[in-house]
Amino acid sequence: MDGLMQFIFSGLTVGAVYALVALGFTIIYNASDVVNFSQGEFVMLGGMITVFTFEAGLPLPLAAVVAIAVTAGVGVALNKLAIEPARGAPVVSLIIITIGASILIRGASQLIFDKQLHRFPAFSGDEPLQVLGATILPQSLWVIGGALLVFVALWLFFTKTLTGKAVLATANNRLAAQLVGINTNYVMTLSFALSAAIGALAGVLVTPITLVGYDVGVGLALKGFAAAMLGGMGNPKGALVGGLLLGLCEALTAGFLSSQYKEAVAFVIILAVLFVMPQGLFGRKSTERV
Amino acid sequence: MLTVEGLRSKYGRIEVLHGIDLEVRSGEIVTVVGANGAGKTTLLKCLSGTQPVTGGEITFRGEMLTSVAAFKRLKRGLAQSPEGRQIFTNLSVEENLRLGAFLFSDDRVERDMEDAYQTFPILREKRNLAAGGLSGGQQQMLAIARALMGRPSCLLLDEPSMGLAPLLVAQIFEVVSGLKERGVTVLLVEQNAFGALKIADRGYVMETGRITMTADADELIADPRIREAYLGI
Repeated sequence: MDGLMQFIFSGLTVGAVYALVALGFTIIYNASDVVNFSQGEFVMLGGMITVFTFEAGLPLPLAAVVAIAVTAGVGVALNKLAIEPARGAPVVSLIIITIGASILIRGASQLIFDKQLHRFPAFSGDEPLQVLGATILPQSLWVIGGALLVFVALWLFFTKTLTGKAVLATANNRLAAQLVGINTNYVMTLSFALSAAIGALAGVLVTPITLVGYDVGVGLALKGFAAAMLGGMGNPKGALVGGLLLGLCEALTAGFLSSQYKEAVAFVIILAVLFVMPQGLFGRKSTERV
Repeated sequence: MLTVEGLRSKYGRIEVLHGIDLEVRSGEIVTVVGANGAGKTTLLKCLSGTQPVTGGEITFRGEMLTSVAAFKRLKRGLAQSPEGRQIFTNLSVEENLRLGAFLFSDDRVERDMEDAYQTFPILREKRNLAAGGLSGGQQQMLAIARALMGRPSCLLLDEPSMGLAPLLVAQIFEVVSGLKERGVTVLLVEQNAFGALKIADRGYVMETGRITMTADADELIADPRIREAYLGI
């Protein structure tokens, strides 16, 4: 089992990225039942904007904050300009709108930024750490820590705060949510802002490891979607576990089988989940009387 | 307290309310009875702001309500327990009640919840279960309890007896008539005209989008035309 530890480390790192993307899905999904396929673009924007503001002379932490804020703004704009005007449309139409939005954001980024791959320095240097006979980059710890932190924050938000419950209530029954005094438009705006900010944070954390270019979002959105499906859509715990499992599966496949099969793993998992247990590992089975 | 003048509303191009006039005075229980499709639910939806109004005016506690967004109406004291219960099926019973008091975060929320559990002990038993798993009657209790958590001065109730066993219907009506002592004014829309008129002070009869008759509830119960058309006597 030579190198097992190494594969696990790299799997956890990649898995944490998928988990962050999947966690981004959960909020918008919880508020509206919409799977936002432009979530990957939010990750890309987080990375790209940090790169360009950093190169323009801003200190790295400030550049990251700017990137997260601007991306949250893009999320709000997406909701106000594309989702809200289509209110009342079936969920599938809204999902198609998010796919359109992702194409738009990608195209715009290509024009505004460029087509190159970029990176900025890792937060705590590039010197690998020796752990249990394998090596891990300090930046990997940042990514894993970031995923855990976002998970805990989201879990607290949905289970302990009234605003979090209002988000769940809006998704469950928008009419009833309005009747108890919830401003459902505000809830939607808030969830797009939060989702986009989480996506951007993921972009900031992973760019030193994976690099960022205008087109990295598509792959990330699909992997994040696979992770979210595996864990159970809408559940922060599912997103975290799903992401880490997917990352581990990929890394172990690449290590012990062949790296050529690595990319297929995510899609095999999506298919298996959809066939065998569509609600995912931790997904709630919806209970409804008719 | 609540005044409706010349209210009109359409679904698409078809007008279903042709100028409704109605008044609910503070402390009253007023009922609107009528057959299926008369427009009773549409009327309540207009009052709660979830159905567009195409003409006429709604005044509540001296303020124009006609163009106020639905989510702001509870803050003004107007709550609705809608048709089909519309509870949050994926959330627990307790979460449903807590969200009923979404506008509040003071000590009274706990007391109101205790109150709700006293009125409907079955809800306390099931408080940690998903509300979607409750029986129809329990869901109706939850819908009413949730609406009361919002501390309304006026409660709009849409068909609370729909689809319930007779024993439960009696229990629900008992709770509704008890709201009076709590100082909650009630506008009750019902197909079960007899049950509704028995607990109401005044009643309106609605037919195909119009109010055709209004009187004190006991007069309506005694009226031979009403007895024949709605009470089946």
